[in-house]
Amino acid sequence: MKKFRAFVKKEFYHITRDWRTLIILLGMPIIQIMLFGFAITNEIKDAKIAILDLARDEHSTVLIDKILANDYFKLEAYLTHSREIEPVFRKGKVKEVIIFEPGFGARLEKEHSANIQIIADASDPNTATMLLNYTQAIIGNYQAEQNELQHLPFSIGIHSEMFYNNELKGVYLFVPGLIAIILMLVSAMMTSISITKEKELGTMEILLATPMKPAVIIIAKVIPYLILSFINAVIILLLGFFVFHVPVHGSLLLLLLEMILFILTVLSLGIFISTATSSQQVALMASLMGLMLPTILLSGFLFPVENMPLPLQLISNMVPAKWFIIIIKGIMLKGVGLAIVWKETLILVGFMAFFILLSVKKFKPRLA
Amino acid sequence: MPDNSIVVDRLSKKFGEFTAVNEISFETKKGEIFGFLGANGAGKSTAMKMLCGLLTPTSGKATVAGYDIASQSERVKRRIGYMSQKFSLYQDLTAIENIRFYAGIYGMADKDIKQQSDRLMQRLNLVDYANVKIEALPLGWKQKLAFSVAVFHRPEIVFLDEPTGGVDPVTRRDFWEMITQTAAEGTTIFVTTHYMDEAEYCDRISIMVDGKIEALGTPEQLKTNFAVSTIDEVFICLARPDANKTN
Repeated sequence: MKKFRAFVKKEFYHITRDWRTLIILLGMPIIQIMLFGFAITNEIKDAKIAILDLARDEHSTVLIDKILANDYFKLEAYLTHSREIEPVFRKGKVKEVIIFEPGFGARLEKEHSANIQIIADASDPNTATMLLNYTQAIIGNYQAEQNELQHLPFSIGIHSEMFYNNELKGVYLFVPGLIAIILMLVSAMMTSISITKEKELGTMEILLATPMKPAVIIIAKVIPYLILSFINAVIILLLGFFVFHVPVHGSLLLLLLEMILFILTVLSLGIFISTATSSQQVALMASLMGLMLPTILLSGFLFPVENMPLPLQLISNMVPAKWFIIIIKGIMLKGVGLAIVWKETLILVGFMAFFILLSVKKFKPRLA
Repeated sequence: MPDNSIVVDRLSKKFGEFTAVNEISFETKKGEIFGFLGANGAGKSTAMKMLCGLLTPTSGKATVAGYDIASQSERVKRRIGYMSQKFSLYQDLTAIENIRFYAGIYGMADKDIKQQSDRLMQRLNLVDYANVKIEALPLGWKQKLAFSVAVFHRPEIVFLDEPTGGVDPVTRRDFWEMITQTAAEGTTIFVTTHYMDEAEYCDRISIMVDGKIEALGTPEQLKTNFAVSTIDEVFICLARPDANKTN
C-alpha cells in the first residue's frame, strides 16, 4: 500500500508540474460549456431577410410589419421583382425571402384563401429550417388573429410548430453530451498518453524491473486521472445547473455513480489503447480518431441516432458514450431511476469488463 | 554456492528465427564488478533483460541472488537494481522526489528514506539543487543520480546498461569511483559498456559476439590469452576477426 501511495504521489507530481496541460484539462470543460451554452444556441436573432410584396395591400403590409417587429428577422432588402430573388441569395445577403402573391389581401377577403411563398437559403439547412418555422409561426398567428376579429374562416394554410424555439433546450442536450466527451478526453486520452509516455521514456522498463506488480503500476497511474475526470464532470454539472439551469430531476447519487462507472469504462479503454501502442503520438491519434470522433458523431450528442442509416446505427451501439448519454439524459432530464436505465448500465459494465480483460491479456509483465 | 550472486547456465533467447542470446553460461561472485562487453546487437541488453526479469528465456536456466529468473522473478526483482540505457529518472521531478519515489516503490521505510536521501543529496552535492527539476541538471550529474537511485534500496546485484554513454571523461571517472565503492560494500555490479578503458576497471569481463560469450576472465588473463596489450585489441580480435587478419 505504501508503494502504491508513493506511485500515486509521483503521478500527481507529473500532472501538477505540467501546468499548461492541467489548465487545459480543467479549463476545457468550462470553455466548452460556455461555448455550447451561449454561442452555439439554436436561437435565431436578426436573421437578414428580403421581402417581395406583389400585393401591397392592407393584409400584406400588416403581416410584414408583424414579421419585422420580431427580433428574429431584420429586413435587408425590399424587392420589386422575382428576378431579384436569386441574386440576393447568391450574394449571401439574405437567408430568406418572403413573397406575397399579387392580390394577396383581396383573395384572402374573397376566397378566404391566399398564398405566401417562403424561400430559404438551405445551404445551411439548420438555420433554414428554423427560419422557416419562425415565419410560419408568425403567419399562423396572424391568421388566427384575423379569424378572431372577423369571425371568418381565413386560411393561409400554414400550420407549424416551433421546434427549436427554446434556447435552453439546446443546453439541456449539450450538458450530458459534454460530460461524456470531456470524460472521454481526460480519461481515455490522458491515461493512454501517460502510460505510453513511460514506455517511450524507458521508465516503464525500470518500473517493470521493480517488485511492483504491473497491474498495480497501471492502477496507480490511472487513479489521478479518475479523480481529475470526476472533478471535471462535477464542474460541468455545477455550471449546467447554476448558469444554464439544467436540472437534475433524478437521484444525484445515482448520477454520480453512473459517472464513475463511465469514467472507469473509459479508463479501461485508455489502458487498452496504451497496451496496444508504444508511442505517445500513436496513442494520441488512436484516442482522437478511435474515440473522440465516434463519441462526437455517433453517440447521439450532435446527431440523433434514429436518423442515421442502419449500418451507422449498429456501429453506434459500440460507442460507450451513446449508452452513457442515454443514462444521464434519463436521470437528469426525465428523472428516471436505475429501474429504467439498468440495461444501459449493464452494457457499460460489460464494456469495462471487456476492455480490462483485453488489456490484461495484452499487457505483458515482461517486455516480450 | 552462496558466494555466487548470478549463475547462468546455457541461457538462450530467440525472437522468432533470430537467436539473440545463444546458450551463454557464467557466474558472478558477490561484490564483483562484472563487465559484460560486446558489439552493438551482440545480445548484451537481451541477456541483461532476462536476468532482470524483463524478458522470458527461451531455454536454459539462471539464478539471480539465489532465485530462479523464470519462476521467481518477483523475488529476483526485490533484490536487484536496474539502470537502463535510456535515462531512467523522471525529468519533471526533482532529485529528491525521484529518490523518494523509487525508494517508495521498493517499499523502504519512510524514516530510512528520509535519512538516506538527505545523506545522498549531500554526497552528490545536490543540496543546492533540491528544488530543481532534474531536466535542468547536466547529463553527468543525472547519470550519477540515476546510479545512486538504482542502488538506493541496497540491492544485492545492480544491473547497469551502458551507464556512461555520452558522459564526459571526468564524470565517468567519478562514476566509476561510485561503482567501485558500491562493489566494496558487497553489491555485485553487472555492467555493460562500450568504453574499453572502463573494461579495465572490472574484476572480470566477458565478451559477447553474435549471442555467444567468446571470452571470459580477468582483463589481465584476456590480454595474455590474446597476446595483446589492451582490452580494446582483445575486443577487436573477437568482434572483427577479418580486421585482425589484415592487420
